[in-house]
Amino acid sequence: MEKFRLKINKKKYQVEVDAATPLLWVLRDELNLMGTKFGCGIGQCGACTVHLNGSPTRSCLLPVAAVAGSEITTIEGLSKENDHPIQKAWKALDVPQCGYCQAGQIMTASALLEENKAPSRDEVREAMQGNICRCAAYNKIEEAVLLAADENKLNS
Amino acid sequence: MRHMKATKNIERRSFLKTTLLASGGILFGVNYASAISNEATLFDADEKLNFHDFNAFIKIATNGKVTIYSPNPEIGQGVKTSMPMLIAEELDVAWGDVIVEQAKLDTEKYQRQLAGGSQSIRKAWKPLRKSGATARQMLLEAAAIEWKIPKESLFTKEGYVYRSDGKKISYGKLVEVAAKLEVPSNVILKKPKDFTIIGKGKGNMDIDNITTGKPIYGIDYKVDNMLYAAVVRPPAFGQKLLSFDASESMKLKGVVSVFEFDNNIAVVANNTWTAFSAKKMVQAKWSSDGAIDGTSEMDQKMHQLLAGESFKNWKTSDDVVAANEEAEFVLEEIYESPFLPHNCMEPMNFFANVTDAKVELVGPIQTPEGSRKNVANKLGRKISDISVEMTRMGGGFGRRLNGDFVVDAAVISNKLRKPVKLVYTREDDMTGGVYKPCVKYKIKAGIKNNEVVSYHLKEAAVNWTMYRHNASNFPFGAISNYQVDVAKIQNDITVGFWRAPVSNFLAFAEQSFFDELSRKLEVDPIKQRLKMLAAVNRKTNYSVQRFSNVIKQVAKDANWGKTQKNRFQGFSAYYSHSTYVAEIVEIEMIDDLPVVKKVFCAVDCGVVVNPTGAENQVVGGIIDGLGHSLFGELEFEKGKPKVNNYDRYRLIRMNETPKVYCSFIESDEDPTGLGEPTLPPVSAALANAIYAASGKRLRKLPFIKDWELNIS
Ligand code: FES
Ligand code: FES
Repeated sequence: MEKFRLKINKKKYQVEVDAATPLLWVLRDELNLMGTKFGCGIGQCGACTVHLNGSPTRSCLLPVAAVAGSEITTIEGLSKENDHPIQKAWKALDVPQCGYCQAGQIMTASALLEENKAPSRDEVREAMQGNICRCAAYNKIEEAVLLAADENKLNS
Repeated sequence: MRHMKATKNIERRSFLKTTLLASGGILFGVNYASAISNEATLFDADEKLNFHDFNAFIKIATNGKVTIYSPNPEIGQGVKTSMPMLIAEELDVAWGDVIVEQAKLDTEKYQRQLAGGSQSIRKAWKPLRKSGATARQMLLEAAAIEWKIPKESLFTKEGYVYRSDGKKISYGKLVEVAAKLEVPSNVILKKPKDFTIIGKGKGNMDIDNITTGKPIYGIDYKVDNMLYAAVVRPPAFGQKLLSFDASESMKLKGVVSVFEFDNNIAVVANNTWTAFSAKKMVQAKWSSDGAIDGTSEMDQKMHQLLAGESFKNWKTSDDVVAANEEAEFVLEEIYESPFLPHNCMEPMNFFANVTDAKVELVGPIQTPEGSRKNVANKLGRKISDISVEMTRMGGGFGRRLNGDFVVDAAVISNKLRKPVKLVYTREDDMTGGVYKPCVKYKIKAGIKNNEVVSYHLKEAAVNWTMYRHNASNFPFGAISNYQVDVAKIQNDITVGFWRAPVSNFLAFAEQSFFDELSRKLEVDPIKQRLKMLAAVNRKTNYSVQRFSNVIKQVAKDANWGKTQKNRFQGFSAYYSHSTYVAEIVEIEMIDDLPVVKKVFCAVDCGVVVNPTGAENQVVGGIIDGLGHSLFGELEFEKGKPKVNNYDRYRLIRMNETPKVYCSFIESDEDPTGLGEPTLPPVSAALANAIYAASGKRLRKLPFIKDWELNIS
């Protein structure tokens, strides 16, 4: 057991866990940040995606010891008012089915728009391929990312 | 207690009861269970009716706010939105003023509980609207009393009662008078043309919770001092636990207990990660029974079954044997499908808290009542001691009809007498059982004078013969000599329902076979189908006209037969879960493998209650079906699953996903299910497109294996 200081959603936390514990389980079990989801535990499905210093990262494989001092953003901290363009687009198009994969999809999509303000359809399809949606809401996810990138359309 | 069947004059009581709330406002109790079951039963004495008999409520507060409590579990099929829409429509309130809340599900409060499924909307269609209409009538009546003018001169709109001079009064102001009125019978429902909510797209009621990561799923459930459990199960089906050594696991800090139960080993710790880590350190010895089959042995046995005579007959009309003898030629082919795990995105999990006083169960389950009963039997507890609360589910696909994990959680909590959340790893989820059974079909048809004169289908399955209720579907009625026979082999692998049970693979076999027949006859498959439908001369459970309409619609939408260069199309049409679906898949072959570019789909599901939700279901079903046809397969070696996670079990991803275009046939018919019917036809539409493109006929799922076409 070791103590770790973490910076998540601009807040400071301290946890005492085994150094190998993946960030995912620290978020969920220790800090009650349940929005980040467990899907596979081996970096294959994207359900556990968070932003680590702005980059989309799988938290299920990321030992907590490796992230002390980094800026971590989870779905809970993506926006204050549920009004990030990605969140707005998700609502406008009614993207989720069961919804379980969506936190991961939203975190991957928002990181993409950070890096590429106006992705093409193919760029979206490529960037999102690491996130599995078992309900296969892919058509809507694709459209919603493109909609979020188009501020004018989104606000109309 | 004496029960009786609902008859006309008491029918209303099974749907509605009113009470004035101490806090102001009125509560209408709606009995969803009676509303949805075919034969409503209810208590026969009025005084025995109380709110505990009802499992959904409409609450109208004095400020006019309307709350509808939805009793059904939400697995992503949208009932939490669509079922309240039916009530709100007839109550005549603005959808924006309606709040939908998931009713808590516990045995003390509610009499009956039901799971979702493609039948919910179909069965709820009239009764739920009726409950809304009845409440509306009472509000009208109250306004008539208030204004002392005849009720007939009044009308309602968006939560208000209006007079002809334009004066209005809100429902909230009328509820206290309305609550004291007698519940009317024989209310008249709106005509579809007057709908203002039904047929207009409404978003998912949980959207904000989902996009902000609120803890709404079972796996998110937590109470103080809760322990976390993981379970070590036999690596192969049929194995028995001989002994185990948990000394290494117990050394891990945070491990609370490791113990054997029901041929498994429970590993309990103070957080999920410790439980998962300790689980890996348990050294267990299992009996290795050489008699357990692998998939290839099962395949052989099923082929022997298909070649043999040990079938049970499900349906016979006229004489297939005689017809085949007279036929000019017969076509006979075998189609094969593998075991499939459900792979719900949220792994199986459940919370249990067993104490002397009560048993508390919380989590994602499609069958709370059955699971409660199983827990009661297992622990020797009274049903009335046990409460079940349902959470939103990260997918169901049929897996959560089996509450095995609910019982496991209860057993573990019972042993420790502590609140426990059992969580499956993905590996547990994929290898722990309950799969779509492995099934093969052999179909034989005779052709004479360019007509299909006979159709004989034989099924061989592992553990479950699947072909039960579909025996009277198409092509029954279109081909006079018709027969269906089934047989199965038995082993220890657990099987169950998987999205669109039976039809999911039956449609593949049948719709591929008809494409093969059309090629033999050298007729366009769509022309051939319409011709066969036109020849139906028996009473069937499908409507020839509605079936033909979806086929014509999809042919038009897809520009059938006129694709651009290098694009190839495949057609399939299937009636299942009371809904008509026709699909055309358009592909390109790249490096000898199919790339699906577009899918067109025409659906007749009667009135489309919620077009937004409906589109999600239709498109999701198609892409899900495509993904599983292309890649889905769970193989076994000596009873042990060969793969256990997404690194080697391939699910479709966005970059492999085509755009899906769907048309809904405009209809005033009562609505039917949508969660399942678009999945079954798509595998054959894809196989037929691959044949059109390459001349290669795929009769075995999945279509791609080891990065090559899977040609049997
Ligand atoms: S849970 Fe991390 S990628 Fe699947
Ligand atoms: S919405 Fe269910 S897994 Fe994506």
